[in-house]
Formats: sequence, C-alpha cells, structure tokens
Amino acid sequence: MFENLDFAPFLLSFKLAAVTTVILFILALPFAWCLSQTKAKAKPFLEALTALPLVLPPSVLGFYLLVVFSPNTAFGGFIEETFGIKLVFSFTGLVVASCFYSLPFMVQPLQSGFESLNKHMLEASYLAGKSKMQTVIKVALPNIKPSLITALIITFAHTVGEFGVVLMVGGSIPEETKVASVAIYEMVEVLEYGKAHIYSALMLAMSFLVLLSVYIFNHKQKKIGIV
Amino acid sequence: MIHIDIQKPLHGSNGQMSLDVKLDIQEGEFVALTGESGAGKTTLLRVLAGLESSQGHITVNGQSWNTLAPQKRNIGFVFQDYALFDNMTVEENLLFVNNDKKLAKELLEITALESFKKRNVKTLSGGQKQRVSLCRAMMNRPKILLMDEPFSALDSLMKATLQKEIKKLHKTFGTTTIMVSHDMQAIAALADRVWVLEQGKVISDTLVQDLMQSKSQKAEVIKLKVLADKVLATIFVAGEFLEVEVAKDVQLSDTITLELSAKLSS
Repeated sequence: MFENLDFAPFLLSFKLAAVTTVILFILALPFAWCLSQTKAKAKPFLEALTALPLVLPPSVLGFYLLVVFSPNTAFGGFIEETFGIKLVFSFTGLVVASCFYSLPFMVQPLQSGFESLNKHMLEASYLAGKSKMQTVIKVALPNIKPSLITALIITFAHTVGEFGVVLMVGGSIPEETKVASVAIYEMVEVLEYGKAHIYSALMLAMSFLVLLSVYIFNHKQKKIGIV
Repeated sequence: MIHIDIQKPLHGSNGQMSLDVKLDIQEGEFVALTGESGAGKTTLLRVLAGLESSQGHITVNGQSWNTLAPQKRNIGFVFQDYALFDNMTVEENLLFVNNDKKLAKELLEITALESFKKRNVKTLSGGQKQRVSLCRAMMNRPKILLMDEPFSALDSLMKATLQKEIKKLHKTFGTTTIMVSHDMQAIAALADRVWVLEQGKVISDTLVQDLMQSKSQKAEVIKLKVLADKVLATIFVAGEFLEVEVAKDVQLSDTITLELSAKLSS
C-alpha cells in the first residue's frame, strides 16, 4: 500500500515548518514584546498588518509575494544580484513566504501572553537591576509557557498545512518546493484518489495530534496554576 | 540625604489634580506615607523608583536621579500584590536579584522562611508571599526601601509578625524606608515620621515620637464642617484623622491646639 508512495513532500513540509518556526520565533519575539508594551498610536496599525494573513486569501498574499520576489522587480532583483538568492520557485522563497503567512500565529499568542503578565512582576525585575532582555528571557517567557507552546506548535502546524501561498511562490518542484499539500492537490488532479487518501489521512491525523497535545499541555498548566 | 521636589499631573479620586511634593529624608529614616485613597501615595513611590516620569528633581546623596533608569537606582520595592516571580522558588526569587546565598539565608532566617526556600512561590499563603517580597526587596542592599501597603491583605496575627520582621530588618540593615500605609497602629510602631498626602500635596510632616509623647498637640485644620450650631474640624494628630468640635471663628488651615484628654474623648 505504501511502497509506491513518495514521502519526500512530507519531509519537505516538515523541514519548511521547522525552519519557518525557528526564524519566526527569533523575529516575532521582540516584535510581540514591543507590541505588548507599547501605547503608541501606531499599535492598531501594526496589529492589523500582522493579522492580515488571517483574513487575506492565500492566493492574494501569494500573488503579491510572487510579484515582489520576482527578479524583474527592484526587491527581487536586488536580492538575487547582491546575495545570489533566488526567491521565486525556491525553498528559500518558500521560507520567506511562510514567515509572512504564519506571522500572526506566532505573534498573537506571544503578544497576548505578554499582555496577561502582571506588570509589577516585570517592574520588580527591572528594579532588581535586570535589563529588558534578561526580564523577557528569565521572567516573562517562563511565565507565559502555554502561550509560548501554542505559538510554536500552531506556527509549525499551520506552515505544514500551507497550500495557496506555497503553490503561488514555489510551484511544484520535486524535493525543492513540492510540499505535502501541493502533492495531494496534484494527486487529485490526476485522479489518484488512493494516494491522496493516504496523504490526507496522515495530514489529518498529525494535525489533530498536534492540536490535542497543545490543548492537553495548556489544560495541565492551568491545573498547576490553580494548585 | 534624599531630596524630593517633584510635580506630576494626576487623575486622582476627585478628578484632575497635581502631585506636588517637596520633602527631605535623612539616611536611615523610616517614613510612613498616609492619606486618602487616590491622594497620590503609590504614584510618589513609583516616581521615586523610576517607574513613572515626573517633572522636578530627585537627589540622593548628591546624585541626581532625574534620568536614572530603575535598574540603576538600587531601590527595593515591596508591591501591594507581592509581584513575585511565579516560575521560581522562594530562594530563586531572592537569588535572581543578587546571587548572594549568605544574605538570602540571613533574610530568610529573619523572616522565618528558611524551611520554605525550595517551595514554589505560587504555593505560599498571602503573608508568606509578602515576606518573600520583603526579603527579595532587600537582596540588593537597597539605598531606599519602598513598601506599598504591606499590611493590606494580612490578618492581624500575620500583620503583627510582619511588623516585627520589618522592624528587625530595618534595625539590621538601616535602610532608608518609605512605607505607604493606612494602618495607624503599624505606622506608630514602625515609622520615625509621618507624611500625610491629600490631593497630591503633603499637608503634614510630623515626627511620630512628637505625636505620641506630647500631651497638648498642635494640628492644622484640614476640613471644616458646620452641623446645626456646631463647627467640626478634621485634623491629623497622633497618627490618626480626628474630627473635633472647634470654636465658630476657626478657619480652614488654622492651627489649633488639642489637649490629650480632648483627643482621647473625641
């Protein structure tokens, strides 16, 4: 049953999700912290911009990213000429596109976690002589564990499940940009329903297990908090 | 020597007002700050700690604190809601401030928390949390210790215990202390001086010793109320707000003399 199946798209999906999650965590952590602490007038504007991928059709985001990444535009041309990095129909391009697409899934849980912290706890850390970075790492992050785990796992799972944006920006190059969701789409197109079933069932089971583990973890954390 | 001369607009209990405080504190002094809710007491502590901005000057031992970050002020702050680091044990909360195990041990012994040092702070009672918060505030051997209503959430037994421990810590370390409190008994037991804050202004600055020892006491009239044929004046004396009957020609801000017998019977 599994002998003719190619699992390379799955591996590529996981690789893409892992790289995207790590990069987004590094970039989104200071951004989410700043959003949670600022009272600037630009805050709603930045929040709306961050949340855009939640409501925007993936094809719209994919289209604009394709336009911007194209070597024929100023940005795409500059990146290709200066760094030798091709952003369209490449794994690197998929990672950059995924970072945009999954941004709200990383930023929003972290931001709401930081906002729920007791402000006096952070102030106590500053008065103890600790810098903002030390306070974030030693005090804030350990006290928002459920939000942190939610951000990491949901970002990973959401990136594994991407379709529209990756198809627009990456196309379907085997072992380069052909991720699991694109592979399923192609199987259905050529009426290989059996293979599509196996791929889809695997994705369904994995997505459910990921979500289940997040909910179990958060439920346990709440229980510990009550005791 | 700490010199405070600050101004800050505030949204107080009676609407817009201005925090306007000009005071001096001697090194090692224990000052109690009291007054009605919304008078600006907590804001004054937060300005001193550098957690809120203000206009004016704060000078500590000749050094200007106007633009000094909270991290560099060497302040110990006991928050009303404890604000402990929930992800740490009692000992870790202290060592996070300063990795001085000897000092942590000494503080935990003074506050009878030695046997709780490995416990997560989330599992402690309110009184224990308040004592951990006090120990944590002392860990960097602060120049100034600020305490915001340290007794507000404690029962009378716990209050008496904490009072004793604060006294012991103040005697051991001699830290200049400012404590916000409404608890007149605690103020009388701990403080050297009492400041009364009303609508952002210090309306009284008195030595507790004078208040407690004097048989006749001078006090400023804070409020006047006319009831039928009587005139009642609100004054602050011996660590308490009192309402006493006064002559009809007494005006607001007049200084009146109160005999001890009259004070006790009012």
